[in-house]
Amino acid sequence: MAAVSGLAGESAPDAGQVRAPRRMRASRRGRLNLFRRVVFTLFGLFFLLPLVALLRDSLEGAKLGTWSVTPWKQIASYPGVLGAIGIQLALAVVTCVAVLLLLMPTMIWIKLRLPRVSRAFEFLCLLPLTIPAIVLVVGLAPIYNKIEHYTVATIMLFLVYVILALPYAYRALSAGLNAIDATTLSEAARSLGANWFTVMFRVIAPNMGQAIPNAMLLSSALVLGEFTIAEILNYVTLPVVLFNISRATTNAGVLFSTSLAALLFTFLLLLLLSYVGRRLSRGRG
Amino acid sequence: MIGLSRHYGPVVALDNLDLTVRAGELIALLGPSGCGKTTTLRLLAGLEDADAGRITVGGKDITRLPASKRDMGMVFQAYSLFPHMTARQNVAFGLRLRRVSVAERDKRALEMLDLVGLSTQADRYPHQISGGQQQRVALARALAIEPQVLLLDEPLSALDAKVRAQLRDQIRRIQLEVGITTLFVTHDQEEALAIADRVGVMRDGRLEQLAPPTDVYSRPATPFVAEFVGLTNKLAGTVSGSTVTVRGRDLPLVDLSTPAGPVTALVRPEAVTLASDTSGDSGPLVGTVIASTFLGATSRVTVDLGDTTILAQLTTADATALPAGSRVALTIRPDPVLVSVSSPSESEA
Repeated sequence: MAAVSGLAGESAPDAGQVRAPRRMRASRRGRLNLFRRVVFTLFGLFFLLPLVALLRDSLEGAKLGTWSVTPWKQIASYPGVLGAIGIQLALAVVTCVAVLLLLMPTMIWIKLRLPRVSRAFEFLCLLPLTIPAIVLVVGLAPIYNKIEHYTVATIMLFLVYVILALPYAYRALSAGLNAIDATTLSEAARSLGANWFTVMFRVIAPNMGQAIPNAMLLSSALVLGEFTIAEILNYVTLPVVLFNISRATTNAGVLFSTSLAALLFTFLLLLLLSYVGRRLSRGRG
Repeated sequence: MIGLSRHYGPVVALDNLDLTVRAGELIALLGPSGCGKTTTLRLLAGLEDADAGRITVGGKDITRLPASKRDMGMVFQAYSLFPHMTARQNVAFGLRLRRVSVAERDKRALEMLDLVGLSTQADRYPHQISGGQQQRVALARALAIEPQVLLLDEPLSALDAKVRAQLRDQIRRIQLEVGITTLFVTHDQEEALAIADRVGVMRDGRLEQLAPPTDVYSRPATPFVAEFVGLTNKLAGTVSGSTVTVRGRDLPLVDLSTPAGPVTALVRPEAVTLASDTSGDSGPLVGTVIASTFLGATSRVTVDLGDTTILAQLTTADATALPAGSRVALTIRPDPVLVSVSSPSESEA
């Protein structure tokens, strides 16, 4: 009995010692949660307040204290807006496709067959990040002069957008490629009779998970918001049209509504892409 | 494989290797890391190119054929199932590339999964099954294309001991059932000896010995093979004529051309027997038990002979009768022994 009571007596402080860290952990967790909420609220306000102000100003009527949706209705009436939206979307799609077609096979090939050039390739892909847009334009202007000799179609801007999107797409695809054992998968596929095309597009690419939607998301985000190069090269894209409207109009409401519309348009597209990407990768299990 | 060589810069991975695998035979290539066994398999699969030499299968030269046209099924050390495909789709992949009809490849995939005992897991993705099951699916996938040769590159090394032994036996059963010519690479001697018709022991890109498991173990061709396969006591001895004298005992030589002089004799622990010594005499073959390692039915006993230690493998019942501290008299069975001529030194390996 003595032994039993001794054991019971010993267990009490142990339990207390166990509870103490638990209490500490609980209070620490509480403090962390509070900190998290404060930070989220502050940052949320920082991002949302300007947008709310933009929305409020875009809905302000002619007289003080009145509300109107006329500035929103007027967006489409400005020449070139709808066309610019179409062009912007087309640019986003073409850029994404071109970036993926260019980068994916190259990266897979380098990973499997030419690992020694991977550093140099990474450097090349990240280079556009270090070059200011204005310097890029100076370099690209002669090329676009040549291109404009044949066509002035705005879609040709995709050539420069591909270069701009390279660093972001490279990073996203590289993360996906490094997450799988591409070498073993490719060797297994080849031993089963697969050619290199099958290895790339039916074995490696489907296993890059979220990386491909991520690369598309980043490339689209870049294209949808790009203004400097399009403006300097004299192409009319959505950001350029919105900028022109803001300069030409005397109606501040339209200026606000177009700006907010452009932002919402980009957000919605990115949300959609992100949703589709998640669904696709979840579908693969 | 005839005169196969492969270099990685200055490193010789494979040095003029000749190896013939008979139809339906399972050869295990055994050796330490970097001995060239995986390189041999990769050259055979076409995953790497040989610097010199030829590979023929069924009389047809395939040295220059790409991997996709070699008709070899391969199971890798790393899990290699395609993560975006179910077990059934993985097994059917090779058949799909060969344009086999959907119904036929589905039937064949299920047959193969049944062969490896996984037909109930057909619609599971690789991440939903265990490592052992993944390797079984990989085996089914390699067999589904009915390859001429099956290549197994340490397929069991990532698995735990129990699954490993089960899968090893299953691979052997399936190999015999299908009758497929198989090359099995491993660094685990027990695995190689248990599974193979013949074992090839490799060292520095060369084949040291290619023989049935019992020969490799009991009649090793070189000191390296003797030391690599199983435990070996290294005891100083002197060669004269057809025998080597080890601690006063004459033992027959495997290689009768060994020149006379001092050598290191390689004696298996199972050739050493122990008996309790009550005489109190001292001699070269009398010592004290210092440790005993329980291995199940047998035990390994370490005996201190004063100037060296020696290992003896006894039945556990015999070993139990000789606890640590017991004085014992050793007997070395007069099996033919292999000797190493280089710098004699005594120790167990």
